[in-house]
Amino acid sequence: MEVLRVENIVKNFGRVEVLRGIDFSLQKGQVLSIIGSSGSGKTTLLRCLNFLETPQKGRIIVEGKTLFDAEDRQKMSDAAIRLNRLHFGLVFQQFNLFPQYTVKRNITLAEELLAKEKIKKEGSYNGHTTVRDALAAIDQKADRLLEEVGLTVKADSYPCQLSGGQQQRVAIARALAMEPDILCFDEPTSALDPELTGEVLRVIRELKDTGRTMIIVTHEIGFARDVSDTVMFMDGGVIAEMGPPEQVIENPQNPRTREFLSRFTER
Amino acid sequence: MFITVINALNEGFLQTLKLFAVTLVGALPLGLVISFGSMCRFGPLRWLTRTLVWIVRGTPLMLQLIVIFYVPGFILPQNPWAVTDGRFWAAAVAFILNYACYFSEIFRGGVQGVPVGQQEAGQVLGMTRSQIFFKVTLLQMIKRIVPPMSNEIITLVKDTAIARMIAWQELIYAGYAFLKGSHGLAGLYWPLLFTGLYYLLFNGLLTLLFGWMEKKMSYFRS
Ligand SMILES: Nc1ncnc2c1ncn2[C@@H]1O[C@H](COP(=O)(O)OP(=O)(O)O)[C@@H](O)[C@H]1O
Ligand SMILES: [Mg+2]
Repeated sequence: MEVLRVENIVKNFGRVEVLRGIDFSLQKGQVLSIIGSSGSGKTTLLRCLNFLETPQKGRIIVEGKTLFDAEDRQKMSDAAIRLNRLHFGLVFQQFNLFPQYTVKRNITLAEELLAKEKIKKEGSYNGHTTVRDALAAIDQKADRLLEEVGLTVKADSYPCQLSGGQQQRVAIARALAMEPDILCFDEPTSALDPELTGEVLRVIRELKDTGRTMIIVTHEIGFARDVSDTVMFMDGGVIAEMGPPEQVIENPQNPRTREFLSRFTER
Repeated sequence: MFITVINALNEGFLQTLKLFAVTLVGALPLGLVISFGSMCRFGPLRWLTRTLVWIVRGTPLMLQLIVIFYVPGFILPQNPWAVTDGRFWAAAVAFILNYACYFSEIFRGGVQGVPVGQQEAGQVLGMTRSQIFFKVTLLQMIKRIVPPMSNEIITLVKDTAIARMIAWQELIYAGYAFLKGSHGLAGLYWPLLFTGLYYLLFNGLLTLLFGWMEKKMSYFRS
């Protein structure tokens, strides 16, 4: 089943064209990796999907519902954008955990705020009609997520007491807590010491095994080959090549892809 | 002798305290407004506020005090300071304006010092603007603001002494009066010693208060 369809996304910053017509679709439970040299527009694409940037052209369709259409972007209210964001999760390169909260609170905060708001306005959240029930469920979910990323013992620690790899795993759990349809990662291991990348990549692999739909921007070519159903090579704001990893990584057709990948094999 | 000195100094100290309190009450909110102006997306307003801040921070408070006290009398039909407590209010206006500009820079540093990533993390988790401000960024701003603010406030305590320039009778004025009196050497060291002690005690209390606040927020790093 198709969860995501992206049509002709164009994004300019002033006169600089950063995305020049991006089209692709993603099936439920599949993993898409995006590779490409620095400046090719990978981060900008993820930011557009998460509504941190507004494209000048194009459409974003999730599960058949048009979340964004550049034609009527003026009409989009803050509230609508906010609800759209919940379809996507984003794990940042720099983690961006909330430093003043414990690990557990980082995971529960956003959903608690949402649940309280929904119960107040609509009388229920996820089948819970009282704030107390909703919070209890959120709390239990956080425990499950902490287990999933292997950080149960760190529940009451503060981010500054964790290693980079642990912080990134918390950030993954925090994103999962909102139960996004599609979880995006922007170079999740680039800010980590080499010996800490393994634990983060392992968690992402496990997420694939549980059937989560993911888009991963990464420079870990070997990881992309192993974990992806599809690999996208971006170059200068367009998709230069896209296909299964055996094709794009093992046997690239586009000379730009070949050149890019050769830089990795040389190392 | 001792009692006379203490009484006079107490009176001066109360005046110092009054100027200190009025300056804080006026300059904190005004500083916040000025900081918004200096971060405004509307160019001319931003430019205007930043120029004001630049002028106020680039000239001595003593000069500003003199200008604010004497100049209106020359150019306005009626001297606005020719009222009861006029000297005090002139000093208050100068101090509030001066400190608001310093505070605005501290606020701006606090707001802009919180990484954008914090706000974006809140956004992608579906939080509203106000939730992000109150639940995520506010405390991080306060943590950034408290240390420079405590420096500035302690400087304010000492700066109140400048108000004697326009013959407003604060603590130093009260202490100094004894030097000109006929108390001999005792008229020199007692008042000086006690004047110093008053400032030290007051600033000591403030230092404790701010130290406590910093400690309260030391459990996290941002
Ligand atoms: N907010 C912005 N304003 C102006 N230019 C930007 C902005 N964000 C990104 N860019 C530009 O867009 C291009 C693509 O950036 P990015 O999406 O971060 O690439 P990548 O993640 O592939 O390295 C770069 O040339 C970058 O300078
Ligand atoms: Mg990038």
